[in-house]
Amino acid sequence: MIGRRIRFTASQRVLHWLMAACILAMLFIGVGMVSTVRPTYLTLVSIHKPLGIAILVLVLIRLALRLRYGAPALPADLPWPMKLAAEGSHYALYALMIAMPLIGWGMLSAAAYPVVLFGGWHLPPILPQSDSLHTLLWDAHFYLAFAFFALILLHVAGALFHALVRRDGVFQAMASVLPAEEAAPAE
Amino acid sequence: MPAPRGLSLLGSLALIVVIIGVSAAAFAYTAGWFSPRRLTPDKLVAAFAPPAGPSLGHRRNHAKGICFTGVFAANGAGSELSRAQVFARGQYPVVGRFNLGTPDADAADATVRVRGLSISIATPDGQEWRSAMINPPVFTVSTPRAFYELLRASHSQDPNAMSAFAAAHPEFATFAAWAKNGPWTGSYAEERYNGLNSFVFIDGSGTERVVRWSLLPAAQPVAVSSDELAKRGPDFLEREIAQRVASAPQRWTMWVTVANPGDPTADPTRAWPADRRTIEVGTLVAEHVQAEPDGPCRDINFDPTVLPFGIRTSDDPFPAARSAAYAKSYDLRTAEAKDYPRTATGTKP
Repeated sequence: MIGRRIRFTASQRVLHWLMAACILAMLFIGVGMVSTVRPTYLTLVSIHKPLGIAILVLVLIRLALRLRYGAPALPADLPWPMKLAAEGSHYALYALMIAMPLIGWGMLSAAAYPVVLFGGWHLPPILPQSDSLHTLLWDAHFYLAFAFFALILLHVAGALFHALVRRDGVFQAMASVLPAEEAAPAE
Repeated sequence: MPAPRGLSLLGSLALIVVIIGVSAAAFAYTAGWFSPRRLTPDKLVAAFAPPAGPSLGHRRNHAKGICFTGVFAANGAGSELSRAQVFARGQYPVVGRFNLGTPDADAADATVRVRGLSISIATPDGQEWRSAMINPPVFTVSTPRAFYELLRASHSQDPNAMSAFAAAHPEFATFAAWAKNGPWTGSYAEERYNGLNSFVFIDGSGTERVVRWSLLPAAQPVAVSSDELAKRGPDFLEREIAQRVASAPQRWTMWVTVANPGDPTADPTRAWPADRRTIEVGTLVAEHVQAEPDGPCRDINFDPTVLPFGIRTSDDPFPAARSAAYAKSYDLRTAEAKDYPRTATGTKP
């Protein structure tokens, strides 16, 4: 269709913001639930599992959209270290979005816990019970969660830097809700 | 692009720093880093450890135990209370564990007051019901926080710590009286095991009832003094149950008691009046006993909140606390598996 897209497609933008809310909720629920023995523990765990699976489904759709539609080019004048950081962090974000739910699912499987979604719905185990796998996956899930949150903070800082300091249209490529013509940068 | 509206470069950077800083602080707050008083699973689990340290590779409480397999034979009567398939007439496989309420995996059997039985029942619909019951008639304290304080008092160097705890927690007296005067038996098979925590049963029409359950032994309990039990050796309970089950399957009937409105459903230190509606829902049959190191119960966390569709948690705060603590215990012991070898036939390492 058009040669150079200046924004992500509407479906990509909707998925981005939906997943942003899900993932932030997920990370806060995660650190909250492992730090309490109050009844909220069970409520949080019962949200954490199905929400994780929902994120896994959403990120696979998102990956397909990304492969189909790509992403708007970064500004030509963006210094190369920023360009490298932008591209590298996006690979890492995708990797974490896909890996974290799978690690969580695998971790529960390796501990022989039923993976309960809603009501009577269960997912099958994806790994056999294993002490060593459980320990490995538990550690990975725990430490990657903090890495994930740090990366999101970096991502937000970068987005705000584009929006407030560089004002180069990169933020609007994902943030804008206006139709494409009106959102075109003035320059 | 819109023209800058009074936000200088410095102002923009400051705003970014504030947004990121507040986000990070909110995350740290949620994780409890600013709440040193919050009772975390880590703290609760650590409080079980005896002065010499925990038994590595073992459960952090109820550390000593032996596995069994068998069936739960539902008589169908429970279907009136819960839609869970486990109450539909039929036989469902069980993995279970007889255990002692001690953090010391090498404790002598006669020194441990509380005995437990844990079960995991699987049904063809893929659901699972895990329950961990103990033999006292009531629980020690009313809240997880008080339980944590009890653990701290019991390990305290202060000789007055326990009496101070008992004075501050009058509800502890009922349990303490049982611990002091309740009968001891010579067998896991002669114990009555009580769920103590309340749960909600949901029937086919969606009606909810708060219940507790117990397993009543078919074997006749014979009271034996703890002094007499001490003479039978440190592991007499495991030896006895293995021999007993090898000669004949051992049975317990499961009884479900339904609370009346106003009964103390959130407080496991308070028994419900004896006239409450009680239904026999089936029979637990222990058919084979296996040593724990390579037995089928070893890898199971008997988390009491693993419930089939048709049972859910109630306003009793303990199942949530137990679930959080059991998970922590499981994470710790599976990471220490090398300290508890899976020997061939249960010989102690």
